[in-house]
Amino acid sequence: MNPARRRLTPYLLLLAGVAWLLVFFVAPMVYQASTSVQTGSLDKGFRVTWHFATYWDALREYWPHFVRSLLYAGIATAACLAIGYPLAYMIAFRAGRWRNVVMVLVVAPFFTSFLIRTLAWETILADQGPVVRFLDAVHVLDVTSWLHVTQGHRVLATPLAVVCGLTYNFLPFMILPLYTSLERVDARLHEAAGDLYATALTTFRTVTFPLSLPGVVAGTLLTFIPASGDYINAELLGSTNQKMIGNVIQAQFLRVLDYPTAAALSFILMAAILAIVTVYIRRSGTEELV
Amino acid sequence: MTRTTRTAATRTPPVRTSPVRWLRRNAVVVAGTLALCYLMLPNVVVLVFSFNQPKGRFNYTWNHFSTDAWQHPCGVADMCGSLGLSLRIAVYSTIGATLLGTLTAFALARYRFRGRGATNMLIFLPMAMPEVVMGASLGTLFLNMRIRFGFWTILIAHVMFCLSFVVVAVKARLASMDPRLEEAAQDLYATPLQTFWRITLPLAAPGIAAGALLSFALSFDDYIITSFNAGSAVTFPMFVWGSAQRGTPVQVNVIGTAMFVLAVLLVVAGQFAGGRRRSARRTV
Amino acid sequence: MTAPRTDPPAAAPDDAAPGTGPDAAGAAPDAVRLTGLGKSYGSFTAVHPLDLAVPAGSFFALLGASGCGKTTTLRMIAGLEEPSTGTVALGGRDVTALPPYKRPVNTVFQHYALFPHLDVHENVAFGLRRRGVKGVKEQVAEMLELVQLGGLARRKPHQLSGGQQQRVAVARALINKPEVLLLDEPLGALDLKLRRQMQLELKRIQTEVGITFIHVTHDQEEAMTMADTVAVMNAGRVEQLGAPADLYENPGSTFVANFLGTSNLIEAEVTGTSGTDLTLVSAGQRLTLPAARCRTAVGPGGRVLAGVRPEKITLVHGDDAAAIPEGRNRVPGRITGSGFTGVATGYVVDSPVCPELEVVVPNVERDSRLVPGAPVVLHWNPAHTFGLDAAQDIDAGLDAGLDAGLEAEPAA
Repeated sequence: MNPARRRLTPYLLLLAGVAWLLVFFVAPMVYQASTSVQTGSLDKGFRVTWHFATYWDALREYWPHFVRSLLYAGIATAACLAIGYPLAYMIAFRAGRWRNVVMVLVVAPFFTSFLIRTLAWETILADQGPVVRFLDAVHVLDVTSWLHVTQGHRVLATPLAVVCGLTYNFLPFMILPLYTSLERVDARLHEAAGDLYATALTTFRTVTFPLSLPGVVAGTLLTFIPASGDYINAELLGSTNQKMIGNVIQAQFLRVLDYPTAAALSFILMAAILAIVTVYIRRSGTEELV
Repeated sequence: MTRTTRTAATRTPPVRTSPVRWLRRNAVVVAGTLALCYLMLPNVVVLVFSFNQPKGRFNYTWNHFSTDAWQHPCGVADMCGSLGLSLRIAVYSTIGATLLGTLTAFALARYRFRGRGATNMLIFLPMAMPEVVMGASLGTLFLNMRIRFGFWTILIAHVMFCLSFVVVAVKARLASMDPRLEEAAQDLYATPLQTFWRITLPLAAPGIAAGALLSFALSFDDYIITSFNAGSAVTFPMFVWGSAQRGTPVQVNVIGTAMFVLAVLLVVAGQFAGGRRRSARRTV
Repeated sequence: MTAPRTDPPAAAPDDAAPGTGPDAAGAAPDAVRLTGLGKSYGSFTAVHPLDLAVPAGSFFALLGASGCGKTTTLRMIAGLEEPSTGTVALGGRDVTALPPYKRPVNTVFQHYALFPHLDVHENVAFGLRRRGVKGVKEQVAEMLELVQLGGLARRKPHQLSGGQQQRVAVARALINKPEVLLLDEPLGALDLKLRRQMQLELKRIQTEVGITFIHVTHDQEEAMTMADTVAVMNAGRVEQLGAPADLYENPGSTFVANFLGTSNLIEAEVTGTSGTDLTLVSAGQRLTLPAARCRTAVGPGGRVLAGVRPEKITLVHGDDAAAIPEGRNRVPGRITGSGFTGVATGYVVDSPVCPELEVVVPNVERDSRLVPGAPVVLHWNPAHTFGLDAAQDIDAGLDAGLDAGLEAEPAA
């Protein structure tokens, strides 16, 4: 192949994919940026007036939704890590010949519509259902309502239900990267650490966990980012008091038809996520994610 | 009785494992199994309630067993129509995203060129962007371009957000491939085209298949982005969403369960093929 | 003439023109002829322009530590790497501009690079099918017989042992009847015993098919066992080229002396000549070196490195020193360590001329007095002494031989 053609090949290969993303991902973002500083109304049309006050107004009105979104997403991410790590660890080191079976069970829910599965949580957490009645009987609900995460004798329409749903929905996104990085850890390292006087817990703390850190970082990002923008769980499992920023953007866009506010909210959310993610990646010291 | 005494006699003093010690040693397995149960619970509920005959419109409480819904899966107005639309979109967007994504992955994995870093960033961004932001932005653009919402706008959106996942899957596969295999093919008189066709493509196939499968699942399952770009078209997730307000028909559970079973079968088949290939890669 | 420090040590052997070999004017063209072939990546030179001729039908080895440029040279012959300078000619035809799939050479790759998705039969048939050759089935069966894999045609590569995979790789290349077979560390992944066995088998196959083999390896023993001609490479240059025995007995540089086996190098000063010998003195000990075996032109007062192989030395206890015949080079010392290896015992001796002289004594009649601490006298036939330019690094090639060239790596 002559050198000129060889130099052109990658660009030809990229052309379609990159063009698609430029036109349908980047361009809309740029357009969204311009929308956020427009003013006007539906009848008279919108014009760019560099009206940055939209951001200020949006933030002032909806800051509780932002805080709530990031808080719920954060708690759900932590819960995913706590629940997902043992499972990923089990698949990687303890599942033996059951490994593939368990992997199938982890991946399979992906294929059932997640709306249907979220609706199933409505059934599980239903007011008169066995779960709630049990929790009520053993007075767990008393404690949780004292903590303001549930209300009275119900779990549905409370923060607990929303966080529970978020945790459930994004758990596979945590488990898969965790498993991928744990699988690469040589099981003999555990024996080597044991040979060098480390207890099981020390081995985990000083060997296994550090080696799985890329998976932890990837998993937390893959969980946190979509969770913070989600509005399905808040809509189906929460009440008006648990609305997240996704609900607001969706309503502004599809019902109120206030496009500048919807755009401004999107950009604030994006900026918040980007800031958190950047700080997080810096601190965890794994910048080679991409 | 005799059996126990005999084993006790032949064995050296039995190792006594207290429950506490057993729990300490298997804590990970217990926690992992509980996590798996948490993950499976909704699917079990969906399965069980697909055999329910609800009292009112809401299928939240158990009434009594019935196979009506399984016998008449399309017995609800519009549901199977939306299912068809979702499947069609999923198939087309899988084809589109897999094609574009594979080409992009080849460029990124096989060539060093100016703008490679920027392209990687461009691929990464859609995965790091909340769906609601992507959906709203694209919707705004279509709206202002006066493009009619419907099948095509949904398809465009789906290809857009599936693309990155395909690139990542194929790129990972290509990166783990031994570049000497392609050199060996060239050394054995295969032209670049023959090398690609006979060596590179078959070896990259598992990655491409994984990307395609993921695309299909993501597209079929997507609600958020679709809701911003659908106009009056109703996909299956949108139908479920709409019915959630009015009361979901049992048939939704039937579809959900059927898809779960189908997925398990598909993944099992994929695991079989992938498992064989993986062990091949490990030894060579 | 005292060796002035004008030439860098590595360049010195280059002047001896290792490449051109037996001149090809007249006789059949060489199987491979490299002319000024070099490769550089930016400012790093992987292979300095080199000239090399490999006669048809020979077994040629490129020997060196990793990062010395041997694999790059091989890949340029195969067409997998584009040379920065020079040309590659196969059987008298310039193929420099040809892509790999148009060159009449085949390669046995490091770690074999068998196609994991094709079975043994299809792997071996791959090259024939690409060229549209008829009678693939028979030829593959025949070739699998040659490498003794007849029953495994339908296995996938991952179902084979390392040795079997290696044979498939050889069969896959040989079946195309290339003008030259290139082998890139073909035995590197095998354990010692299997490696020995495959060395003999490769040699057998080569004799049987009569194809020119070019073999790249970092294992000096492997190169010497198999090859007719060995080219020792170091830092992108050919240090010395010759038959294995010749290289071993007459190393041209400290690198070759240390990399190929073990050498005791003694720094000495030339005091004069007697007949065809040079007389030397080192730490008060008189030594004799045949002038013909001295690689550097030095007169009285000049410095040389006097080398001798460990197995050429005889070791006697200090009490028996009187029994040593006249006319032998002799050096006193004290044993500091010993190691039993079965066929022989290796001793390390601290002597005034060199703090760590190595001696290998065959286990015929073991002298129980030879233990660490014992005073000894070493003596050897002066004809076994070789002389090297003292301006070189005396330790060149030492760690390269032990450890696959970690030192060369950062440059690459």
